[in-house]
Amino acid sequence: MAPALCAICKVSRALIIRPKNHQKLCKACFIAVFEAEIHHTITSTSLFSPGDRIAIGASGGKDSTVLASVLKTLNERYNYGLDLVLLSIDEGIKGYRDDSLETVKRNAVQYDMPLKIVGYAELYGWTMDQVVETIGKKGNCTYCGVFRRQALDRGAKMLGIKHVVTGHNADDVAETILMNLLRGDLPRLARSTSIVTGDETSEVRRSKPLKYAYEKEIVLYAHHKKLDYFSTECIYSPEAFRGSARSLIKNLERVRPSAILDVVRSGEDMARLVPEEVTGVSHCKSQKTSLSSADGEDQGAGGCGTNGRNSGGEMAEMEKKLQQDEEAAGREIDISALSNNANGQRHDRIETKPEPRKAAKKDVGRKLVRQTLGTCRRCGYMSSQEICKACMLLEGLNKNRPNMQIEVDGEEESSSLRKGMGEMALAAG
Amino acid sequence: MASETIPITVEFTGGLEMLFADQRKHSLSVPAKDERGQAVTVGWLVHYLCVEVMKDPRKEMFVLDGHVRPGILVLINDADWELEGEASYALQARDNILFVSTLHGG
Ligand SMILES: [Zn+2]
Ligand SMILES: [Zn+2]
Repeated sequence: MAPALCAICKVSRALIIRPKNHQKLCKACFIAVFEAEIHHTITSTSLFSPGDRIAIGASGGKDSTVLASVLKTLNERYNYGLDLVLLSIDEGIKGYRDDSLETVKRNAVQYDMPLKIVGYAELYGWTMDQVVETIGKKGNCTYCGVFRRQALDRGAKMLGIKHVVTGHNADDVAETILMNLLRGDLPRLARSTSIVTGDETSEVRRSKPLKYAYEKEIVLYAHHKKLDYFSTECIYSPEAFRGSARSLIKNLERVRPSAILDVVRSGEDMARLVPEEVTGVSHCKSQKTSLSSADGEDQGAGGCGTNGRNSGGEMAEMEKKLQQDEEAAGREIDISALSNNANGQRHDRIETKPEPRKAAKKDVGRKLVRQTLGTCRRCGYMSSQEICKACMLLEGLNKNRPNMQIEVDGEEESSSLRKGMGEMALAAG
Repeated sequence: MASETIPITVEFTGGLEMLFADQRKHSLSVPAKDERGQAVTVGWLVHYLCVEVMKDPRKEMFVLDGHVRPGILVLINDADWELEGEASYALQARDNILFVSTLHGG
């Protein structure tokens, strides 16, 4: 077969075939196009302003490494005027996080960016190794996800930074959209499609500059730019590799590569049809704050993996829920059912009391205001509940801590916990 | 007679190396012809790797339903294998075949 030539420069040999449009490109043109598209995403959504300090949620994995590399390149090329910082979470998993943190440390040197590492031990008084020792492997992803969500925001606050960018890509977004579609969870589906959660009034905003980038192209970009990234599976979630919504996405991609972006676009279109008071996401950038960043349910909190990727366990849980929903069949899915979900909490529709429509709508408005202003009574972190999810989980953990351990190192750990929380309370105030 | 071989390099990255004894780069000598006397292809190589090289029992993490698992990219001398005829590409001496997983944590 004669080698195909690049569709753009028509000189070099094509090495890449783009999933979204089958365009055949050479290495140099692919890198240029990939960067130009991220630049377009950033400018068309007015994601940043000159002088912004941005924390890049960095795991050492492919997505966040590509994000850091591209943001550095674009910041210099187009004079965004951004101050970029790497922010990493140390979950305290021996033999897993240690290696990837080494990668992040090398990235900090390679990209000439400051690096801040915040640890679960320091923030919560528990490493994931200790959590698993106490509760076992089952369900540990829930803890990890809830802790990670807060940890990124807390780390950003320690740095005095109000905007965290994460490496979520088009495949991740499509996966989340499909899972929420299968759950019948339109509010969360709507939230997961927006490129930014939170607004000027939030303490910490979150955004996904790689939202339209195919995972395949991210990996190819990392390969052709010879980026230094680390790939492994969390030792506590070996199941995350298979049986997930991810497989569905990858199978769809094989049959029809444009399917991934098509799902993302469909999700965005559906989001526009969901009433604002249901999602908590403003369509017109008004004063209302997206609640998702406080509750952390739309992406990340439920899953494992460095990106908060939905795991196989999550999928199994989803199937269980779907089954429960079927058992509760006959109930009309109307706005009142959705309203119970408006706070972004994991809900169980079986316990949902059907409410009259009018009452439900009023209720939603009231709830939203209260949640927007809420902070956790214990740690001061923003929360729609009196006690935030992380503190609830910690309470359970601390009760279960073996007596021996409390005597031996309980004091030290609880003081580090208090210290961590005190700092946060200060930052929050 | 059937002993003619060709030297190739096979690489696993993106987490796939875990399935191959944590070894990223494998220098292999493969038969030039398969059992039917046909030139060996990448498709043949995938089967060969699965049977002869991979010690990890989790074969489905590399091959599913007789195909390379969706989400694993295959690059032939740095080009997407879709540009080279995919599994039907006939191996040449000194080819570099790279398998990259996109499925691992990012
Ligand atoms: Zn070109
Ligand atoms: Zn709390």
